[in-house]
Amino acid sequence: MTDTDPALPLPAMPFIKVEPNGVARLEFQKCTACGAFSLETNRIACGKCGARGSFVAHQPETTTGTLHSYSIVHRSFPGVAVPFVSAIVDMDNGPSLKGNLRGIAQDPESISLGMAVNVVLDDALNRKDDQGNSYVCHFFEPIAAK
Amino acid sequence: MSDVYIAGIDMIKFGRYPDKTPALLGAEAVLGALDDAGLTIKDVQAVYSGCVFNSMNGQKILQQVGAFGIPVTNLSNACATGATAVRDAWMAIRSGDYDVVLAVGVEQMTGMGMLGGPRASAISTEGLMGSASMPATFAEAGMEYAAKYGATFENFASVAVKNHHHSTFNPKAMLQKETPLEMVMGAEMIAYPNTKFMCSINVDGAAAAILVSERKAKELGLGRAVRIRASALASDPWQERNPQMPDINSATRLSAQQAYEMSGIDPSDLDLVELHDCFATAELLHYENLQLCGEGEAVRLLEDGETAIGGRIPVNLSGGLLSKGHPIAATGIANLYEVCTHLRGEAGQRQQPGAKIGLAHVVGLGTCSAVHILEKA
Ligand SMILES: [Zn+2]
Repeated sequence: MTDTDPALPLPAMPFIKVEPNGVARLEFQKCTACGAFSLETNRIACGKCGARGSFVAHQPETTTGTLHSYSIVHRSFPGVAVPFVSAIVDMDNGPSLKGNLRGIAQDPESISLGMAVNVVLDDALNRKDDQGNSYVCHFFEPIAAK
Repeated sequence: MSDVYIAGIDMIKFGRYPDKTPALLGAEAVLGALDDAGLTIKDVQAVYSGCVFNSMNGQKILQQVGAFGIPVTNLSNACATGATAVRDAWMAIRSGDYDVVLAVGVEQMTGMGMLGGPRASAISTEGLMGSASMPATFAEAGMEYAAKYGATFENFASVAVKNHHHSTFNPKAMLQKETPLEMVMGAEMIAYPNTKFMCSINVDGAAAAILVSERKAKELGLGRAVRIRASALASDPWQERNPQMPDINSATRLSAQQAYEMSGIDPSDLDLVELHDCFATAELLHYENLQLCGEGEAVRLLEDGETAIGGRIPVNLSGGLLSKGHPIAATGIANLYEVCTHLRGEAGQRQQPGAKIGLAHVVGLGTCSAVHILEKA
C-alpha cells in the first residue's frame, strides 16, 4: 500500500474503486458468457456457467435497487454499535449486495421488502486499519416515494 | 451393494463440560454406541470422525477407547459434519471393504459466543456492511420467506414454543423448559425476528453411530437394527445472491430429492422428522424444502399442530437444536439418534406411536446439506 495517496480513502471492498480525484464508484465483474456478476476482482472462471476467462469489468448504469431481505440486529460482535439494519439489496443493473440500510426507522413497521433503495458510497463509519487508513464503503438508503 | 444398518447409536447428554476434552466426550459416545450394538472397539474396521474446532479428533478418541492402527478419516463440513461422517461410513460399507464402521461427531463449545466469527478484512465489516452473525443471517433467510408467504414474527416464535415444549420430554436435551409464546416473543431480541429463545444453544456434545453391513447386521440380529434407506449430501448450486446472502434452501432441496429417489419413500410415508432448526426462522423454510408440505403451506402446517408432538408429522421431537443444543459436529448424528430411538420404540414420553420411517436433516452454512432416511429393520 506504499504507492497509495495517503489523503485518499481505500476501498473497503474489491468492487469499490477510488479515482485519483477521490471520487468513489462501483465496479463489478460480469461474465460475458452468461451474464453472472461477481464481487471479486480476480476470477479465473465463472461459478454459474463454468466459462474460463470470461469476466470483464462492469460499471452499473444506475445505483438503484430493491430491498430483498433484512434483519434488525440488536446483538452483534463485541464492540459493534447496535442496533443497525443488515440488508440484502438486489441492484437493478448489478449484483446483490449485503450492507447497512440507513436513513430509515429501525423497526419492522417502517421497513418493507421490495422497497426501492439507492446504493451510496461513504466513509466507513470512521473505521481505520492499523496503519490509520480511512475506508470508503457502500450503504443503502431508501428512495423516498414520490 | 450391501444394505447398510445402524447397529448401535448413542449421544451424551448435551451440556457444558469445561473439565472434559473433546476426545473424552467423543469416547463416551463411542462406548455408548458400541454397547448399544453389542460390539467392542476391536470389531471396528474404520472410523470417520467429525469435529469443526479441533483437529485429528478421531485418533484422540481411539487413544481413549483402544487404538489398533485402523484407518481414521477426520472431517469437517460445518453443521453437516456429523451427518457427513455417517455418509462416509455408509459409503465405506457399500464399497464392500468393511463390515463395521464407526462414525462419530464431537464439539466442545463452552465459552464460545452464539454469533459466529467476524469476516476477515483490513477493517471490521460487522455493523458496517450488515451483519455476518448467524442469528442475522438466518433472520434474513426468514424475512425473505415472510415477504413471499406472509409468515409473521409470531409464527416464527411458535416454532420455538413447540421445540422447547418437546425438549421437556427429552432427558438428553440441554434446556428442558417450557417457553410460552409471550416469553419467546418478549425475550431479548438478538436479530429481528430471532429472539434469544429462537436461537440454538451452543453446547458441548458428542454422538456416535456404528454402521454395519447387511451380513453383519443379520449376524448380530436385526431386533433393534435400523436400516439406512437413503444417505444424500448436496452442496449449493450457483445463486445470484450467494454468498452475500447464503442460500440455505437449495442444498436441502437437492439432498431431500435425492434421498426420496434413492429410497423410493414418499414424504407422506414419514412418521417423524428431525431437521436443522439452528434458528426458529429456518424450521418453516425446511418444511417446504423437505417437501413436508407444499410451497407456502409451512405456516399452516405449524399452526395446525401437525408438526407438534401428537401431530401428523412431528418435527424435532428431541427439542431440536433450539432446545436440545447444537454442538456443531455432533448435531448430525444426534438427529439420527433421535430418529433411531423412535423407530426402536424407546423414546419414552415423546415416542411417536408406531414410528417406522423417519428422516434426519442438517445444513452446514457455506453451504451443504445431508438427508438420511431411516427405517425400522
Ligand atoms: Zn458465466
